[in-house]
Amino acid sequence: MTLAPTSDPAPAPPDGTVAPVVDLRGVSRRFGTVDALLDLDLSVPSGTITVLLGPNGAGKTTATRIITGALEPHHGEVRVFGLDPATHGEEVRRRCGVVSAKPALYDRLTGHANLAYSAELYGLGRGPGVDERIHAAATRFGIEHALDQQVGGFSTGMKTRLALARSVLHDPQLLLFDEPTSGLDPESSHAVLEMIKSMAGGGVTVIMCTHLLLEAEGLAQQVVVLEGGTDLVAGAPRELTRRFWPASVVRLDAEDRSQLARVVGMPGVRDAETVGDGLKELAGMVGDGIDAPLGSGPVDVQLEDPDGVADLVEALVRSGVRLTRVEPRIPTLEDLYFAVRRSRAQSHTVLADDGGRQLTPTSNGAGS
Amino acid sequence: MTAPATPVARPTGRVNASVKPPIRLKPSRVWTIARTELKQLIEARDFWMPMMILGGIFFLVIPTILLFAITSIGNIHAVHQISQAVQLLPAKARAAVRGKSEQGQTAYALAVFLLAPVAVVVPLTISTAVGASTIVGERERGTGEFLAHSPASVHEIYLGKLIASVVPGYVTTIVGFGLYSLIVNTLVGPEVGGWFFPTTQWWVLMLWVVPPFVLLTLSVVLRLSARVKSTAAAQQASGLVTLPLIMIAYGEATGAVYGGNWVGIAVGAVVWFLALLGLWRGMKAVTRGRLLGVADGI
Repeated sequence: MTLAPTSDPAPAPPDGTVAPVVDLRGVSRRFGTVDALLDLDLSVPSGTITVLLGPNGAGKTTATRIITGALEPHHGEVRVFGLDPATHGEEVRRRCGVVSAKPALYDRLTGHANLAYSAELYGLGRGPGVDERIHAAATRFGIEHALDQQVGGFSTGMKTRLALARSVLHDPQLLLFDEPTSGLDPESSHAVLEMIKSMAGGGVTVIMCTHLLLEAEGLAQQVVVLEGGTDLVAGAPRELTRRFWPASVVRLDAEDRSQLARVVGMPGVRDAETVGDGLKELAGMVGDGIDAPLGSGPVDVQLEDPDGVADLVEALVRSGVRLTRVEPRIPTLEDLYFAVRRSRAQSHTVLADDGGRQLTPTSNGAGS
Repeated sequence: MTAPATPVARPTGRVNASVKPPIRLKPSRVWTIARTELKQLIEARDFWMPMMILGGIFFLVIPTILLFAITSIGNIHAVHQISQAVQLLPAKARAAVRGKSEQGQTAYALAVFLLAPVAVVVPLTISTAVGASTIVGERERGTGEFLAHSPASVHEIYLGKLIASVVPGYVTTIVGFGLYSLIVNTLVGPEVGGWFFPTTQWWVLMLWVVPPFVLLTLSVVLRLSARVKSTAAAQQASGLVTLPLIMIAYGEATGAVYGGNWVGIAVGAVVWFLALLGLWRGMKAVTRGRLLGVADGI
């Protein structure tokens, strides 16, 4: 069943542009003295998977709540299906399916009763037709065998599957998943991500929040990196990768890593950086603007010429560097994420040094 | 902040419009919420068993033992003591006491004035216990997130929760009172010339005065449930709002409100007005932010 807007949608744009399913402009939301969202822009095209990436407290969950109208922004504009969730909340929510970080199921009810409750609230009613629908949704997520059991006895994986089944029961046009694989084993996580991919393949728009970069890899058609309630960067992964690494990248390692510092200044080398230690970065080293010195680990070298790898290797060997690894690299989402955060940290440092002047895009293309 | 990758159309208007959508209530959705809440209560045996025991003690056990002792065993000492208490009732109430013998009059007074009012506390106790946990419980269990994202309006959620809180207490009271009436009439009836209970005043009390009192109490309890941090806090705070009904019960027990049917009807009318006012105001206490547990002040 596909639900059409029932009242007062925003008129179609006259200039032929595609109206996004979700459009947030300058949205801010404060809880007490904490800015959960700060001037957030988010545009989600129809039929795509958008991944909101960010650490805990980045504002991912608040963003999903603003989208469904579960929370109202203090500032900014929100349009979902061209409608304002503040005034057309019911219409918007009826067309959304949400899986929150906790499955939000009623433990004392059976799996079937949980789904039946949702079906009634979303206007599907009751009866044999709805029961068939419930069974079909449960079968889709492999939880049909447990429909008659109380949810309190379910494992975490079963609860997540049931929550996923509940989210698609009413054929929503927009699915919002807030860390849907939280607490799942790798096998179940993989299955859930495959299901999400298949749903998006059916034309549904998906917004997924996660702090797990591997999850987003290969899934996201658009990535939005959030931090401190604001969007640091947004775009298609490939486009963002090109923006941050316009040249080809090769990862080098050597018997004596300190010798790798010699790549700086070599012909054809655009930039070089020690491969970050994810744990250290998360612990705040990058956030403090401290880059690992060249030579303390493997080095990612950006080349001006994609065919310059052989020349670089030859130059290094001639200078006495005994290389143990030469690996042309396609940057991953993880690389991108840390590059964005590093760029943000560097911008902050510039801001502090300049006594508060405006942030400017850094050399590698990251916006503020 | 960042430019989107795909060209998009700009929103055409402000979101934070001051104009709020009109209140829309779908009775079917209200009933769905109430029914699901009740279904969970039925599954929660550890919750309703103590309530049943409480009702059983007040409506069945204590009245049966006391009235049987007075009417059948003829415990003279107890009869004498209770008949002294009857003398403390207002003259109008004393005049209404029926029965030819001292035993009969004592049993009548016990049934109408002294025992029955205590039973009025039962609906309040049950409904308050259910109501106190109903909204904060959603938040504690994380299911508030589901409701907050659902198409149900906060008014529908509020009314569904209200119905689910009223029904267990009031149904228990009506059933218990029916059984109590049976016991009273069986044991005391022969002493006072036939079936006499419930008296007219008690019909008025049960059908006209108690319901708005329950609603008034729940209007406060649900507000508390929406605002506090935990179920325990809601239950502690809601203990205060049972005071008015205890006062009514005490008034009935002492005969202070025994001024004829019109007194009960007038009291009921005032309480209905206050209850509806309280419910209207209480409706505003439930917000999606509070269901999510992120509203300021929670």
